[in-house]
Amino acid sequence: MTGMLIAVPACMAPALLDPGHSTPTGLRTWNESDPARRLAVHRNNVLSSLIDALADTFPVVLQLVGEEFFRALGAAFVRAAPPRMPVLAHYGGEFPGFVAAFPPAMQVPYLADVARLEWLRVRAYHSADAEPVGPEALQALSGSGSSLDEIYLSLHPSVQVFCAPFAAVSIWAAHQGQVRLEDIDVNVGEDAVVLRQALDVLVLPTDSASTQFVQAVAAASSIAVALEAAKTEATDFNLVAFLATLFSRGAVTALELR
Amino acid sequence: MKLPARAGIGLKPQHFREVLAVQPDIGFFEVHAENYMVAGGPYHHFLGRIREQYPLSIHGVALNLGGAGPLDEAHLDRLAELMRRYEPASFSEHLAWSSHGGVFYNDLLPVAYDRPTLQRVCSNIDHVQERLGRRMLLENPSTYVQFETSSMSECDFLAEVVRRTGCGLLLDVNNLHVSCVNHGRDVVACLAEFPLSAVGEVHVAGFTRDADAAGAPLLIDSHAAPVDIAVWGLYASVLARLGPVPTLLERDQDIPSLSELLAEAHRAVLLLTGGSQQHADLCLEGVQ
Repeated sequence: MTGMLIAVPACMAPALLDPGHSTPTGLRTWNESDPARRLAVHRNNVLSSLIDALADTFPVVLQLVGEEFFRALGAAFVRAAPPRMPVLAHYGGEFPGFVAAFPPAMQVPYLADVARLEWLRVRAYHSADAEPVGPEALQALSGSGSSLDEIYLSLHPSVQVFCAPFAAVSIWAAHQGQVRLEDIDVNVGEDAVVLRQALDVLVLPTDSASTQFVQAVAAASSIAVALEAAKTEATDFNLVAFLATLFSRGAVTALELR
Repeated sequence: MKLPARAGIGLKPQHFREVLAVQPDIGFFEVHAENYMVAGGPYHHFLGRIREQYPLSIHGVALNLGGAGPLDEAHLDRLAELMRRYEPASFSEHLAWSSHGGVFYNDLLPVAYDRPTLQRVCSNIDHVQERLGRRMLLENPSTYVQFETSSMSECDFLAEVVRRTGCGLLLDVNNLHVSCVNHGRDVVACLAEFPLSAVGEVHVAGFTRDADAAGAPLLIDSHAAPVDIAVWGLYASVLARLGPVPTLLERDQDIPSLSELLAEAHRAVLLLTGGSQQHADLCLEGVQ
C-alpha cells in the first residue's frame, strides 16, 4: 500500500514552502500526469498570496526596491517566517527585522526603517477605536489648580512612536508625494508619531524630545514626568505646542487626576 | 434572517465609500471573515454601516475544517465575536485545510475523501455549529490533485457531511466546473449527483487556464477573471433545478470597478429572475 497512512496535511504541508521538497506520495491524477505540476498550483498560491499580503502592507518598500527584488525578498521571508495565525493583517511584524538582516538589501540602509514605519501604519489602521477628547479637558484640569505631576493622559490605541537613524519618515512621505526625494538627506535620523485620526492614519514628523514625551505618557507617566523625559532630549521642548498637536490630532482619549 | 434569493457581490475595501454613496440595488454583500478579525478602524466602520443597509454573508477562508488537528479555538473565538457583532444572514466555510503544524498557508488545500477525514470534518463542523449557535454552509472545493486513499466521490462525501452534521452547502459552480475539468469528470453527471437540496447559497467566479504535465487543461480557481460562459451555463442549469437561490459573484484578484462588478452580477440577476430567456439559453449553450 502506497497511500497516505498519515493525514493529507501532514504529507503535503512540508512540500508547500520548501522548493527542494519532493512531491508527497499518495497523490493521484486522473490522466496519470505528473502530480508535481498540479501540486505547483498550491505551492504558487501559498507563496505568491503571502508575498502579495506583504506587498499590501509594505508598498513603499516595494517601490524602493522594485517588484522583482521585493518578490525575492518576500519569498525568503515567507519561507523563514510563515504566518502563525490566519489573520494576514497581523502578518509582517518580523519583516522589518528580516529586511535589516537580509544581505542583498544592505545597499539600501534605510529600507528596514521604512518597513518598520509601514508596519506601524498598518497597526494604527486596524487598532481599536476610541473617542478622543478635546484640549478643553486639559484647560479645565489646569484651570482647577491641578499641577502637571497629577495629570495623566490616556493615548488613543493607535498611537505609536517611531525613531530611525535614517530619514525614513521623509522617504516614506516622498512616496506619498508630500516631499521631494532630492531634498532629503537620508543620513539624518528622523522621528514620528503614528496614529489614526477618525479613519485616516497620520504620520506626524516630530523631534526626539516629542517621541520621548509620548513614550513616557504611554508608559503611564504624569505630564510632569514625561516633560522631564522630553527635556533630556531638548531643554527647550515646547510642551504647550506639542500638547496642542496631540489634542488636535485626536491622540488623547482621557485625562485623569491621580 | 436568511440571505435573499438574489445576486450579491463581495465587498471590497476599495469600494466601501462608493457603496455607501451609491447604495447599489444588490441583494447582499459577502466578506471574508479573516479580513475583519482586527480590533477597529475603517474596516469595521464601513462594514458596520453597510451592514445596516444590506444583508450580509460572512465567508470564512481559514477555519481549517479539513485540518489534521483540532480546530484553533482562538480563531473560533474571533469568528464568534464577528458573528455577535454583525449577526450575518449566513456563515459559510470551505471543505479544505489551510493550517498545519502552527503554520497558516493561506490557501484552500485539498482533503482526501476517506472515512477518517469524513469523521474529522464532521466533528469540526459539529463543533463550529455548536460554538456559533447557527447552521453553517460548507463549500465544495476547487481541486487539482486527488489522493490514493480517497474511497468516495466528492458528492458522496459532501452528502454524508450534510447527513451527519445537518449543515447546508454552498455550491460554488465555478469550483464544480474547475474540479470536473481538472479530474476529467463529466460536469453534468457531477451536478446530477450533487446534494442540491442542502444548497443555501451559490458562488460564481472566474478561473484562469493552465495545463498539467500531460498538456491536459488545468483550470485555476483564481477569482481573477470574469465568470466563464461555461460556468454561467452550469449556473443556469442549477437554477433550473433549484429555483432562485442567493448567488454571490466572487472576485478577489484584479478587482474591477464597483460598476463593472455590478454589471457582471446583473447576469446572475437576469438568470435568477428569468427575465431573459435568451440570456439563459445563451448561457446553457456554454455547457453543451
